[in-house]
Amino acid sequence: MTSTNSLGLTAAPDEVVTAAHVRTCQVPAGTIALITLDNGLDYNKPNTFGVGGLTALSRALDEIDDLIRRGNIVGVAITGKPFVFAVGADLTGVPRLENVEQAHALAQLGHGVFRRLGEFTVPSFAFINGAALGGGLEVALHCTYRTISSAAYPVALPEVSLGLVPGWGGAYLLPRLIGAPDALSFIVQNPLRQNRMTSARAATDMGIADIRFDGGNFLVDSLRWASHVITGEITVNRRDVDTGDEWTTAIAAARGQLDAVMHGAAPAAYRAIDLIDAARNRTRDEGFAAEDDELAALIMSEEFRSGLYSFDLVQRRAKRPVGVPDKSLARGVSKIGIVGAGLMASQLALLFAQKTEVPIVLTDLDQERVDKGLAYVNGEIDALLGKGKLSNDKANRLRALVSGSVDLSTFADADVVIEAVFEDLAVKKQVFANVEAVVSDTCLLLTNTSSLSVTQMADSLAHPERVVGFHFFNPVAVMPLVEIARAAHTDDASLATAFALGRSLGKSCVLVNDRPGFVVNRLLTRFLGEVTAAFDEGTPFEIVEHALDPLGLPMPPFLLVQLVGPAIALHTSETLHAAFPDRFAVSANQQAIVGARINTLLAWDGPVSRLTDEVVSLITVGDDPSTAEHVRQRALDAVADEARIMLDEGVVAEPQDLDLCMLLGAGWPFHLGGITPYLDRSGTSERVNGKRFLPRGIASLPA
Amino acid sequence: MSRSVRDVVLVDAVRTPFGRAGEKGIYAQTRADDLVVGAFHELLRRNPNLPTDRIDDVAVAATTQIGDQGLTLGRSAGILAGLPRTVPGQSVDRMCAGAMTAVTNLSAGIGFGAYDIAIAGGVEHMGRHPMGEGVDPNPRFVAERMVDPEALIMGKTAENLHDRFPHLTRARADEYALLSQSKTAKAYRDGVIQQDLAPIAVRSASQGWGLATVDEPPRPDTTLDGLSTLKTPFRAHGRVTAGNSAGLNDGATAAIVASEEIAREFDLAIKARLVSFAFAGVDPEVMGIGPVPSTIKALDKAGLSIKDIGLFEVNEAFAVQVLAFLDHFGIADDDPRVNPFGGAIAVGHPLASSGIRLMANLAKSFQLQPNVRYGLTTMCIGLGMGGTVIWENPNFSKAA
Repeated sequence: MTSTNSLGLTAAPDEVVTAAHVRTCQVPAGTIALITLDNGLDYNKPNTFGVGGLTALSRALDEIDDLIRRGNIVGVAITGKPFVFAVGADLTGVPRLENVEQAHALAQLGHGVFRRLGEFTVPSFAFINGAALGGGLEVALHCTYRTISSAAYPVALPEVSLGLVPGWGGAYLLPRLIGAPDALSFIVQNPLRQNRMTSARAATDMGIADIRFDGGNFLVDSLRWASHVITGEITVNRRDVDTGDEWTTAIAAARGQLDAVMHGAAPAAYRAIDLIDAARNRTRDEGFAAEDDELAALIMSEEFRSGLYSFDLVQRRAKRPVGVPDKSLARGVSKIGIVGAGLMASQLALLFAQKTEVPIVLTDLDQERVDKGLAYVNGEIDALLGKGKLSNDKANRLRALVSGSVDLSTFADADVVIEAVFEDLAVKKQVFANVEAVVSDTCLLLTNTSSLSVTQMADSLAHPERVVGFHFFNPVAVMPLVEIARAAHTDDASLATAFALGRSLGKSCVLVNDRPGFVVNRLLTRFLGEVTAAFDEGTPFEIVEHALDPLGLPMPPFLLVQLVGPAIALHTSETLHAAFPDRFAVSANQQAIVGARINTLLAWDGPVSRLTDEVVSLITVGDDPSTAEHVRQRALDAVADEARIMLDEGVVAEPQDLDLCMLLGAGWPFHLGGITPYLDRSGTSERVNGKRFLPRGIASLPA
Repeated sequence: MSRSVRDVVLVDAVRTPFGRAGEKGIYAQTRADDLVVGAFHELLRRNPNLPTDRIDDVAVAATTQIGDQGLTLGRSAGILAGLPRTVPGQSVDRMCAGAMTAVTNLSAGIGFGAYDIAIAGGVEHMGRHPMGEGVDPNPRFVAERMVDPEALIMGKTAENLHDRFPHLTRARADEYALLSQSKTAKAYRDGVIQQDLAPIAVRSASQGWGLATVDEPPRPDTTLDGLSTLKTPFRAHGRVTAGNSAGLNDGATAAIVASEEIAREFDLAIKARLVSFAFAGVDPEVMGIGPVPSTIKALDKAGLSIKDIGLFEVNEAFAVQVLAFLDHFGIADDDPRVNPFGGAIAVGHPLASSGIRLMANLAKSFQLQPNVRYGLTTMCIGLGMGGTVIWENPNFSKAA
């Protein structure tokens, strides 16, 4: 069914329409008309609002207007289907919006429907029974009162993370309800902190909900409460919102924080702050009109289109990796061996124990190293126990799962062995040969190498088909990506087992071919190589370190190298230099720094960083400085060049995989779309490669 | 150790509104365990003084203990209702007298000193669990002529009761049924029944969420003429109709029982004081006569006579079964002491839940009639049993 509303918007033919059922409920105060939002599917497919859903809600509100006119109703309430209230706008139809008029019409349509919930002659109530995100939470904000179930999770306005603002009332209503400081944290800061979500308790404490009830009797308790509110037996006390100094100060602080992180790179967060700032002095009509304008402009922005693309990659492609053998081929894993007991190996042991709950054995050359590794694992378990993240029983279970030995024969019944020893091909080959001597013929052998050839590592084994690259990112517990590398001999069953293991670890896995540096390290090293070259040529540190600020990357280049470790960064660039000497250089300055065993590159004067005197004394630079703009262009050109070569080499199947890796492995921002959408829209792709990575409309505005 | 029997009191009793079983019923898409949890929530809300960590057991009855009526309901519903993890639970089955048995079992435990406070409950979602679901009667019942096959079909046992007492005619049964409907209608008008109903959130995929606040089965417009035209599904030219028997229903009940001493310590309500109880067996083919021997037994244990009983809450599985009871004790069909707010013929009979509904009604009558000292709740039970509990009115005063 296609429906066209008065604003000229047409429901997408594939929209899963969220219905709005109206039913009357008898409470002591009289009759309450209760709307249930329900798209007819289970909780895995939450309620959303597309044009069809908004139209359905509008009809339900017509029905209620009618009941009110007949004098039959003392209140209106709205709730969701089991476990879900509503999770916002239906984003599937958004890429089809072609011009600002259509975008404006969608913004207005949402406002036009939602605001009616707050403009009845009787009070309205949102009973937030489950997940409430974005437009879903905005529905609730339009109501006069809100109850929330203790079980409702998540609660958030994540629009800014995608490149939008809460433009169906949220940016106007929320600060007026809870004040600017909390509204800024909820609307601007949470989305920028890995899209932090809020619990029902926090939402109640913040004043978003008036009262919280247990999940078990939520609707009954909510209706009873609403009845008491209607009769006046309960008075709802809200916080006093300070629209003076507190508001002004909070806005200024938020703008300052944002500048420090984003450097103006993407507009949404700035627009959200502007809207929140102005909300205190605007009427409802003015506030909603301003939201319409900002929302329409953002919907038609490249940053949002890239954000939408990134969201889809992270939500969908990351969960269904492309080109992976069927999971039915995967072998079971009931014991895992780890070669090495250093920091990386110990972190892996803890992660494997927590996520797979099978026995984990650490081995190393001597008992002292093994004991140190185990001490690290047990220390981390104690820390988790201390923070209340683990129960005593669970901590005992984990401790018992992780053991250590200097004897490789303890791997005899392992189904997986992963090596995390020094990045040296000969050493790793020897490790695998030793392991193969004790394990079964089908035991999966994984290497956590970041740049060595997995194929060469497997070459001289009796069963090279069970060797797979399994590249984690540091810190392994936090970073969501694992690059899984298929080597020349790798068979489908081994690859399927590696993907199943990656999934059980809670990681997003991307299939890559066994090429040096895989994806993230190769692109990052090429990118940093260009920046380092500019520095070595004589570009001042302040220029180099901030040349990339306009991209809004998670951190500047020297800080990144310091965090990764100069020795590791150097090793990676040396390996890539060996493979591709024309494109990857090795910096003499970097060698000097590593040669002096220096790990700290930067000193801080307040928020401003500089190279330490020690570093400055070690380096030699040229006299051919670049401008910031030139540095940035060189770096982006290098990335565009490398990305194209990688696709031609078949490192990954599609540009989408490069982008997914950069989003999850390097933390590159949604508004860049990983990287190829930005390279396309900035004209870099055309200039360097003569063609785009992605057709228009995929991660960008339609042509 | 020395031991003495302690007095046991009914602190409170509530129930969900009863629904008609089947696709169109209010609870068609509501789980049985959620009905129990809804009743528990209302019970806890009405009794804020109840120290939940002092509840020593939770016993919930269901006849068909499968699916959402399985999984040891007393325990699972306790967890779902948010009772402390330290509170244990169990399931009980005595068919229609399940909730009654939950109350008597727990009361016996209180009297003995094993429990201080306990929660009893019962549920039957006859829409989700039709009578006889999953039963597997032992073939010896038939092969060895131990029980007539008709004994497993309750309507046929009611017809058998008409056979045994030919003077209990269909006309008398229909008149009794009409009275039950009209008494229920009046109790609703007076706002009596609503007081003990727990509102229940109900959901239908096509209509969304709603709130059940009143019983669905009553038919206040019932007339004798209408009743007389109903079919007799259990026997051609029989006497038992859908009008003079309880329907197929969904619903749950819950009650708090406690030692009187503990109830007073925590300032809990005392709505009725347990005097005695008894269960008795009869021929399964005439299970409806069960309340007669169980009542004789309970009176005997209490040292009371039927004349001492001022209020009767008799479950109305079938009109004839109530008439047989009244007839035996020489009580008129329309005696005002009997089911003053009507009975199951009007409000419904979700099998294992009904025992506590009788107690809730009796407690309400005790409150309204302080002149009455003793009352009883009684019901017939499938496979040929009866159960009776005799209660004392804590509001009794001779002056009244």
